Amino acid sequence: MSEYLIPIFIAIIIIFGLIKKADVFGEFVEGAKESISASFEILPALIALMTAIGMFKASGGLGFLSELISPLTDLLGFPKECIPLALIRPISGSGALAVFESILSEVSPDSFAGRVASVMIGSTETTFYTIAVYYGITKVKNTRHAIASSLTADLTGFILSALTVRLILQ
Amino acid sequence: MLKWIFAIMLTASVIFGAASGNIGEVSSAALNSCVEAVDLFLYLLGGMCMWGGLMRVAEKSGLTDLLSEFFKPLLKHVFKGLDLNGKAFHAICMNITANLLGLGNAATPLGLEAMRRLEQEERPGDTTSRNMIMFVVLNTASITLIPTTAASLRIRHGSAEPMEILPCVLITSACALAAGLISAAALDNISKRRKHK
Repeated sequence: MSEYLIPIFIAIIIIFGLIKKADVFGEFVEGAKESISASFEILPALIALMTAIGMFKASGGLGFLSELISPLTDLLGFPKECIPLALIRPISGSGALAVFESILSEVSPDSFAGRVASVMIGSTETTFYTIAVYYGITKVKNTRHAIASSLTADLTGFILSALTVRLILQ
Repeated sequence: MLKWIFAIMLTASVIFGAASGNIGEVSSAALNSCVEAVDLFLYLLGGMCMWGGLMRVAEKSGLTDLLSEFFKPLLKHVFKGLDLNGKAFHAICMNITANLLGLGNAATPLGLEAMRRLEQEERPGDTTSRNMIMFVVLNTASITLIPTTAASLRIRHGSAEPMEILPCVLITSACALAAGLISAAALDNISKRRKHK
């Protein structure tokens, strides 16, 4: 079913354009042209952030941090297996999927930790990547509390993942 | 803030890498990550051009007007002082629609278009505007209605009920989004009050 979404979404835009007698091809090309120069603005920020994330992932720092905060997460009833996922989720989407895969191959997807990890993946986004790319296309240097508020959302998401699974599914 | 995260991650990876004996991996990550960044950029470039083109078609035909009428009652409380008939709001509505449908590949290019237009309309200079923060928080929280990625990986690992997580995902995303938006609005008020004093 979900594979129908994108083609239908595109078809609706084009068919609606035809009904309203818009020059769908000419407008498409014009819009695409405007996007080319804009997209180049993101590249420098992307290189900076991905280098930092790539080096950090390779350094094994995540494992160290997981050990460091595990007493706190035990207190909150947050499964130990999911700590690395919580740490990598805000910084890397592909990294988070890799950690999610490894959690599901160690524990059953229908176990407590497996369910919590699934809810975490389904209800959060790659915060730092989004912030770097979204502000990368603008000239904004000072992002004020954008990161703090986004991380507040992530933290709320992680705590509630464990809480809702415990209350609804266990 | 990004300055500190960048600096801390780089320094920490050298320290952790040396301590855990992974410094060789850190070194090759330093050399290869920038290439990955260019790969990702090329991927985004194609997406941005395609969705930028479709966005323009949708605007000319008036489809985005319909969408923004639909989202206006809800979003006028989130984006204060933004022209709800303007081009930035149109792009925001398209981005939210793509997000709700779980079309991540479409949502990012449309979101970038929205940021560009927010900058053109609000002219914030080098310090972000309040509405930019609200929009970024909206996109760093997940507002997808159906968690397809999580479900497909659950199926692959033999889950009996891959979609059983849906109610938990919806409640969790809604609360996370609310926490993000409320904290953004609150922090904005605090910093404004400080300025007045």
